Amino acid sequence: MKEKKYQGIVERHKPSEEKGKFALIAFLVGGLVGMLGEGLICFYVKVLSISRSDASTYMIVTLIFIASLLTALGVFDNLVKKAKCGLIIPITGFAHSMTSAAIDYKKEGPIYGIGSNIFKLAGSVILYGIVSSWVFGMIRYGIEVLK
Amino acid sequence: MYFLYSFLFCGTICLIAEIILDNTKLTPGHITSIFVVVGAALDAFGIYDYFIATCGGGTLVPITSFGHSLIHGALAKAETFGFLGLLMGMFDLTASGITSAIIFSFIFTLFFQAKD
Repeated sequence: MKEKKYQGIVERHKPSEEKGKFALIAFLVGGLVGMLGEGLICFYVKVLSISRSDASTYMIVTLIFIASLLTALGVFDNLVKKAKCGLIIPITGFAHSMTSAAIDYKKEGPIYGIGSNIFKLAGSVILYGIVSSWVFGMIRYGIEVLK
Repeated sequence: MYFLYSFLFCGTICLIAEIILDNTKLTPGHITSIFVVVGAALDAFGIYDYFIATCGGGTLVPITSFGHSLIHGALAKAETFGFLGLLMGMFDLTASGITSAIIFSFIFTLFFQAKD
């Protein structure tokens, strides 16, 4: 009886500790990716002497390139398993989902394999992003017109 | 100072996402979609622009900035073309991100095999 009680307490406390660890890792990794983004912007502004808004486009393309390459090499999957949301929420997760889906379905041919599966995971982001942007855009623009 | 704020902003967003992922049954797909919608909603009322001005590059890295740039381009075009501009300008700012993601993933898919 005592042992069962003890096991129950263990079960109750173990996951929350794990969750705390996962959350901390996600925070640190996500923060580092954000810092890398800011660092790349500063780097491009200095080296290519362009404006900050142009440099941010370069930065996003660079991050997507790195994430796609690492996914193709098979490194990124292990990193995502460890850092989870720390790498899924930044733009790297978008590139990762596209490249991993494309590579996984490569066997099924260029049309029904790569072509129809490349947006398998990223498609929902684009769909809901566009629908919600349209709705919010209508609201915002409608308010401006009515003024 | 931008570096610290970038770290805190991006880290906090990832932290919120991780807490949602661990404590609910939602998958990463649900969470990224929710965050895009949140980004679009924040930008519709000018809140996201404030974050970009104060926190720097770290705000452009999370997926919320994808929603932000979608609606930002749409509203910029709407100024000149009216309601039709919302459809014309939707991809103006995100085109580079989506196009580069498609091109890089296609090229790398041609050259690399799946690892089991």
